[in-house]
Amino acid sequence: MSYFSNIYNGIKSLLTGMSVTGKVFLNARKGTITQQYPENRETLKMFDRFRGEVVMPHDEDNEHRCTGCQKCEIACPNGSIEIIWDRVVNPETGKKKKEIDQHIYHLGLCTMCSLCIEACPTDAIVWAQNYENSVYDRSFLTKVLNQPGSKLMDGVED
Amino acid sequence: MDTTRVNSNFKSEEYFINMGPQHPATHGVLRLLLTIDGEIIKKVEPDLGYIHRSIEKMCERDSYQQIVHLTDRMDYLSSHINNEAVCLTVENALELEVPERVKVIRTIIGELTRIASHCLWWGVMGMDVGALTTYFYGFRDREMVNDIFEETCGARLTMNYNIPGGLMYDIHPNFIQRTKDFVAHFKTKIPEYDKLLTGNVIFQKRMKGVGILSKEDAISFGASGPVGRGSGYSCDVRKHHPYSALDKVTFNESLKTAGDSLARYEVRIMEMWESLSIIEQLIDNIPEGDYKVATKAVIKLPKGEYYQKVEAARGELGVYVISTGTKNPYRLKFRSPGFSNISLLNHIAVGGKIGDLVASMATLDIVVPDIDR
Amino acid sequence: MNISLGITKTIHDWLFSVMPEGLASITEMVLIAAVYLGVFAVFGLYLVLLERKVAAWFQLRMGPNRVGFKGLLQTLADALKLVSKELTGTEKADKFLYNLAPYFVIISALMALAVFPFTQEFQAFDINIGIFFLIAISSIGVIGILLGGWSSNNKFALIGAMRSGVQTISYELSVGLSLLTMVLITGSLQLSEIVEVQKNGWLIVQGHIPAVIAFMIFMIAGTAETNRAPFDMVEAESELGAGFHTEYSGMKFAYFFLAEFINMFIISAIATTMFFGGWLSPFGITESLPWLGVFWFLGKTLVIVILMMWFRWTFPRLRIDQLLTLEWKYLLPINLVNIVVMAFIVWQNLIIQL
Repeated sequence: MSYFSNIYNGIKSLLTGMSVTGKVFLNARKGTITQQYPENRETLKMFDRFRGEVVMPHDEDNEHRCTGCQKCEIACPNGSIEIIWDRVVNPETGKKKKEIDQHIYHLGLCTMCSLCIEACPTDAIVWAQNYENSVYDRSFLTKVLNQPGSKLMDGVED
Repeated sequence: MDTTRVNSNFKSEEYFINMGPQHPATHGVLRLLLTIDGEIIKKVEPDLGYIHRSIEKMCERDSYQQIVHLTDRMDYLSSHINNEAVCLTVENALELEVPERVKVIRTIIGELTRIASHCLWWGVMGMDVGALTTYFYGFRDREMVNDIFEETCGARLTMNYNIPGGLMYDIHPNFIQRTKDFVAHFKTKIPEYDKLLTGNVIFQKRMKGVGILSKEDAISFGASGPVGRGSGYSCDVRKHHPYSALDKVTFNESLKTAGDSLARYEVRIMEMWESLSIIEQLIDNIPEGDYKVATKAVIKLPKGEYYQKVEAARGELGVYVISTGTKNPYRLKFRSPGFSNISLLNHIAVGGKIGDLVASMATLDIVVPDIDR
Repeated sequence: MNISLGITKTIHDWLFSVMPEGLASITEMVLIAAVYLGVFAVFGLYLVLLERKVAAWFQLRMGPNRVGFKGLLQTLADALKLVSKELTGTEKADKFLYNLAPYFVIISALMALAVFPFTQEFQAFDINIGIFFLIAISSIGVIGILLGGWSSNNKFALIGAMRSGVQTISYELSVGLSLLTMVLITGSLQLSEIVEVQKNGWLIVQGHIPAVIAFMIFMIAGTAETNRAPFDMVEAESELGAGFHTEYSGMKFAYFFLAEFINMFIISAIATTMFFGGWLSPFGITESLPWLGVFWFLGKTLVIVILMMWFRWTFPRLRIDQLLTLEWKYLLPINLVNIVVMAFIVWQNLIIQL
């Protein structure tokens, strides 16, 4: 007798399984979860906290907030941040002060751990929500974050 | 009549096959050296090391804050739990008391991670036994969890949300609502999982009585997590050594005594339900407070040895630190669940068919970077 | 309105008027073969597209939608890619058998198409042992798979090929016996006559309970015969990589691939002819337009094809020993009992005639 109940239960379980996929099949038009990626570029919006790449925001006067304290360079586990700095004499006060020449960011080495941004005392670097990071040559992955000719914003201290 | 001579005419030869490192069923770059007689497995030798990145050695180089993000890359499906393990070790060593809010958030995200990991496992499990559609259903639900993570932590997989002393940021304002939505959604989906795969007669036949692991063997092989619990070995770290907010919630340890592939499968399905119930208990009661306590910029652990274990999605993850009082650990050892679990593959697969090997390997839920580190 | 019939008749008459009889019939055969080859190669490609689309709809996806309008040219592009690909192979392969294998598979698949009546008198080859021919031809394909697996000098391929041999030999029985059950009603092996019989109701209605059982057995065994999931032991992606065609590339691989889909079409077409009235319309609603039979035939066949795809994208794969258990312990005994029941029904004239 168990022979027939086995067959019955077996067929029943198969039909239950088919009902699940069948339901999805019938709702295929609206149930689709695929994103049409290159087409939806315009509407695709990343979350605010998305870690795309590290950028250094500049204001309209081409001023950034980086004092060159190198805390981000120390915090980085992979050595993806290099800061080239110099001590420059401030013409007004006459004091020698650290000033960045180049804030170099190697995107190719970055693991997006966010430690540099947490370490930054002046919020000079932030995450950008840029998700298209692929380039044709890896030399493009080495970026200089401060714009040429930019200088430190007034009033920003360590 | 000389029977040995007669038999030698029909002597079947054992042969040897390389399964992997590039094989659909080995989930990455695991290489299995199989000795087979026809379809019957005689011996399985896992050959590891294809994705070894010397994470433990790198940890000796890095500061304690930096170690956390390396653990994301071990068992990438339970990255939050890995992070938590390192953070708990450091906090215990420093005797640092983290705020209640941090503990609760860590536990919620940890359980979400477990669900996401089991979703992926369920999909891949179905795929390994030949039902390709399960993969997409598992991923549909995992995507929702990943969206929650992305909104709060900024990343989907390698989140690095924990820091020693708390969390990197506070939770996103949408976090609670999204989590509730997910819990409501997922409660309707687990029965669907059961209908599609668990109850299926073919699946039952493939799983039942296959890859049997006794409780004694589970203990002696060092099995942990759902693999050990499927054999009736009560080894849930969350239950026996509760950490974070897990001592405030009530949940059952998922236990099955059969020890076969089906038992391991069912334990994971039960764990999804338990994780949902833990999340439900905590999500409305996140206490107010700080999301981190201030630590020194350079963390130096006092001289000594520290061990902390947590229940990762695959089993017991232990972090063992020897500190000499400097800012780097002298030695850091991860006791990863995957490494112990893969060691029993030979034990459970011998005597089965090739199909059984694939099915029981899927129930071990292998993540190769976790095995190799 | 005998459009299709008119065309074939005109060509037939014209051929016989311009050349001697022997040459004319050979030319006619070659012509028909070329037309079938062309039509079914394209049709097979579109079955692949259908499979991919249906799979996507089962899996919350969209399926191919980039090449051509809504992805309609996708598989043509794939075929083009496969044609232009390099033919690789293993060094120690048995070259002759290795090259022969794909042709065995594809030719046996195409040969079976010859006997199907697509509509009234629209049939390339109306032989009086049609069903027998189909069963015979469909078992030749497995020789190709065995040759391919053995000669490519790859252990995975060999395991796949051996599984295929075991599987096809076993399930051949069920396919044959379930069709035999229906032959008891029709009393003929000729496909055109089998369809004629169904003018009084499709055979699945005429034979009621045993016919439904026979249909279920036929669908299970037929899916196994085409080596599709849940019986895809031969390929078993998660176990054997790609199974018997691991070492094939380019067009040779495409032949195996195409043959699988044509075989699926053949199994569905047999089911349509034997159980669902072939080209007959339901309740004879389009009886006055025989050329619409093509539409009904293809429609019914595609429904069964989609049913087979539904199986494939829902069920897990069986293990090889369970596969044999299913055949020898369940399908075969039930089938034998079913034949006796059917014989009794035919003897007592309990057939439902509409």
